[in-house]
This record gives sequence, structure tokens and C-alpha cells, in this order.
Amino acid sequence: MKILVTAKRVEDPESKIKVKPDGSGIVQEGLKYKINPFDEIGVEEGLRLVAKHQGEVVVVSIGGKEVQEQLRHALAMGAHRAVWVNHTGPLDQLGIAGLLQKVTEKEKPDLVILGKQSIDDDQNQVGQYLAEFLGWGQATFASKVESLESAEEKNKEPAVKLTADKKAVQVVREVDNGLATLECQLPAVVTTDLRLNQPRYASLPGIMKAKSKPIEELTPAGLGVDVAPKIQVLKLASPPARKAGIKVPDVATLVDKLRNEAKVV
Amino acid sequence: MPIVLIVAEQQPDGNLRKASLNAITAGKQLADKAGAELHIAILGKDPAKVAEELKGTGAKAVHVGAAAELEHYLAETYAPALAALATELKADFVGMASTAQGKDLMPRLAARLKAAMATDITGLGGSGADIIFNRPMWAGNVFAEVKLTTPVKVFTVRATEFTAAAGGQGAAEVKTFAPKIEASKTKFVEFKEVKSARPELTEARVVISGGRGTKGDFKEIEALADDLGAAVGASRAVCDAGWVPNDLQVGQTGKVVAPALYIAAGISGAIQHLAGMKSSKTIVAINKDAEAPIFQVADYGIVADLFKVLPELRSELQKLK
Repeated sequence: MKILVTAKRVEDPESKIKVKPDGSGIVQEGLKYKINPFDEIGVEEGLRLVAKHQGEVVVVSIGGKEVQEQLRHALAMGAHRAVWVNHTGPLDQLGIAGLLQKVTEKEKPDLVILGKQSIDDDQNQVGQYLAEFLGWGQATFASKVESLESAEEKNKEPAVKLTADKKAVQVVREVDNGLATLECQLPAVVTTDLRLNQPRYASLPGIMKAKSKPIEELTPAGLGVDVAPKIQVLKLASPPARKAGIKVPDVATLVDKLRNEAKVV
Repeated sequence: MPIVLIVAEQQPDGNLRKASLNAITAGKQLADKAGAELHIAILGKDPAKVAEELKGTGAKAVHVGAAAELEHYLAETYAPALAALATELKADFVGMASTAQGKDLMPRLAARLKAAMATDITGLGGSGADIIFNRPMWAGNVFAEVKLTTPVKVFTVRATEFTAAAGGQGAAEVKTFAPKIEASKTKFVEFKEVKSARPELTEARVVISGGRGTKGDFKEIEALADDLGAAVGASRAVCDAGWVPNDLQVGQTGKVVAPALYIAAGISGAIQHLAGMKSSKTIVAINKDAEAPIFQVADYGIVADLFKVLPELRSELQKLK
């Protein structure tokens, strides 16, 4: 199997995000960057599928030179090679999906695995746009039935199951009120939810090896994609702060406050 | 006149998904600002009953598309059917609640309509052709004003930020249409429902959530939830461990709730959890660790063991009855 996975560069999810006073963006100083956690789960799933069925995992990222860090991280996890779409400046979900469409048409993978959303924009759109642009099937919010502490997880079994004829995948999806199972003909687009797997750490030999793995450079112009944003972010603001709460000494006081002050019980 | 089309959702059990009513309210606000007419679409194998329910919610028309192929929801069959309807109506805006289905379907529909999209909107601004969507970014730590510049504009609605549209607001014209059916490369295999006698998490007035501090023992949380008629939620750690089903997860990556009362028991309050509950009216935190970040958003906090506090809370509440 050939699997294309994405590795968006995002702010570390543990970092405190602050808005600039003029609302034009977020304060960049002191921020750490990582591969989007959902994308990391996608890389892991790709590696597990290839470990079971043979093949190749190709990782793609879009951005300035700095996204090579995220590509190297995916290569250190075990991805075979990388594609870097060199682009600086604003980019929206339509632009990203357009670029990924061209990369997909060039690479011709059996499966594209993306995170369900990136933790900066929180849009949850690109995988679905890509599937429609390609005319492929989609299985979003891929999850697994077993817990992340199960034996299956420790054995690194892929949760995305190839059917017996190897022409389709079965995917369990996390939806409202339960789990839905779909069967997607290959090639297809899958987006990952949190509980698809527990991504591996990059080993030291993996990190050393990653340094010599190839990164191919592409550009939006070379791919023939107009990436002028159609989604314009005009202004950012901090959410309204909650008024400071109090600590109460005992349950009787709590119930009294809930009843007489908050009036919720 | 511009058209706002809101897509309503039929649950697997045949009932209307209640978040659709909140999306209709957002649609109405948008129609007022844009000087537009509100229309509703509903698809399914047999959505007639749901269409009846939607008739009185204040829209100009309810468009009902029934087909056997639409029995089980698939983005690949629903998106072309809705795209054809939106094109025929010349809809300027197409929106839906940010449910699992809304999030799966609307970007695929937007791609078909060559439309840009705003996910999970929490408010609306601007007027006429210059509509501004407010939406959260970075796990709710930032709110953005967003403008879409494509002719058709698509959005999903964070249900907890809009009230549910009530019935009895006139009678919309119910129009049936023959949905455009395309072959799908994906087939539905099965749906496993997580059944619960408790209220739906995103709609409950009271939510009691447990975190790692429960060590997987939810008995006290469930007992208190039953006393209060509350829904049970959980932190990501608890779902990851397989202690409770995934769909109980509250947070950036789970469900967003905004009940009148949210009780967080044994939850530290990571950024990703706060993103899903910090719009709750009153927040109570029960945690042994006085430094836990949850206390920064809690209106009332108790620094104590949840296994001691929860039974006491139950008996104190019993006394009130």
C-alpha cells in the first residue's frame, strides 16, 4: 500500500495562546511548535498499515522552511519520504485541499490519511474537501473499538482494516451517540480521531536515519494551484474572562451557594 | 431575495436531532442580517414526520427529499443531493448544526458548491452581503471574525451558542423534491448506538463529568446524575483508557456543552477539556489538588476527595427535596 499522510505545523497544544492587542494575530514569541496531534495519529496509522501490508508512507506538509521540522519528525517516526510544498503567507482550507489534491494526483496513493482537524484553526474541513475534489470516498473521525490501553493497541495493530480482496478499507467512526462503521473503496480519504491509536515516539536511530531521507520540494505555482484565501480572518479576540470563583470549605456551603446564589439546584 | 438554507438532521432512530433547532435560530439571525429568506432542507428515507416538526419553526419553506438510497447517512450521497437543491434554490448561505454529521457533510457539500466555509460559528455580525461569522480557534482560547468571499457561503453552528427554535411560528410551505442520487464509493456497514436513559450530553441542563481522579469508578457520578436528572460526561483521559464510551468526552476534540450547572469531579482542567465546557453557566470543581487549573474557571471549588464529596452532595441535595 502507498499511503500519503499530512503533518501540519501547529503551536504546541500545551502552550498558552495570547492575542495581540490589535487583534491582528497571536503572540508568536515563546511559542513551541509541533506536528498537529491528529496528523501524528495519521502518521502512526499509516506506519501500522504498511507494517502489516507492505508499502510506503509519504508525508506532506505545506508552509515555509520551518515545516521541514515536522516532516523530519514524521520521517523519524518511520515515514519513508517527504513532500514539502513551499509556501509562505496566508492559506485557507480550500487552498490546502487544492494543493493536497495535486500532490495526491502526483503520488497516486491508495489512501490519504489526515487529522480530523488542526488544533489552531479548528476547522475540520480539509479531508472532506480533498475527498470531494478527488471524487473519492471519505471516512472521517476514524476511531477504534478497543481502548488505547488494550492488547491490540500495544501490538500496534492498525484500526483501519483492509478487506479480504484488498480493494476497500473498513473504518469505525466516532459519531454522535455511538460508533458507525463504513466500507470505503480504495483509493479513499480517512481522517483520524484521537482514539485511533497511540502514536510512537521517534527513536534515536530513527532521528539519525531521518536526516538522510529525501524531502522533495514543490510550490503552489509549480502545482498550478491558486491559493489566494477565500476565508479572510479579519480580527482575533480573547474570549470573555470568567469572573473569579471561590473555594468553599464543605459540601453544605456548596449546596447553599448552588441553591441561593447560583440558583441551579 | 437572498436565501439561507439550513440543513436539518434526522437521527438513526427517525427523530429530529435537536441541535437542528439551534441551527435554525442561527439561520434566522443570519436571514435578518442578510435581508434573506430562511429555508430548511431535510433528507432521508422517510423524513415526513421530521418535516412536520420543522414546519412551525419560522422558515419560509421546508424542502423534503426522500429516497431509499438516503436511509443511512453518507456524505457521498447527501452532498450531491443537497448541492443540487442549493443550486436550484440559488441559496447564498448553507448551514447546519456542528454535529458529527454536520462536520462530516458540510465541507464535502461546500467543495461541491466551490464555497468557503466557517466551522462551529458562535455568533454573527455585519449585514447585507458583508456577513461576518464569529468562530472559536485554538481550542476556544481565541475568537475570530471571519469573512467568506465565495459566492456561496457554508457554515456549521455551535448549538450551545444559539437557543432552540420553538414551534408554532406559522406554517412553512412543505415542498417535496426528488433528490439527485449519485453512486457512492462508500457503503454503510453498521451503527452501534451507545444507549443511555440519561439526557443527551449536549442538551442536558446539568452535566456531571469525571476525570482521571475517578480511577474509572463512575458509580458515584452516575448516582448523582440520576438524582439530578443530569447527563454524564468525561475527560479525554478517561475515554482514552476505555473506562467510559468515547461519546461521553467533553472538550475540543469531543463534545461542547454549556449547561446551567457543570460539575467536574477529578478533572484537572487541561486546555482541551476547558474548550468543551467553559461556557457553562455555573461550574463546580471537585479535586484533591488545590493547584488544578480547573479551579481557575470554577465558580465554586472544593479541595477534597470526590469519593467523599459526591455521596455527601447527594445526601445534602436529598434534604432539599
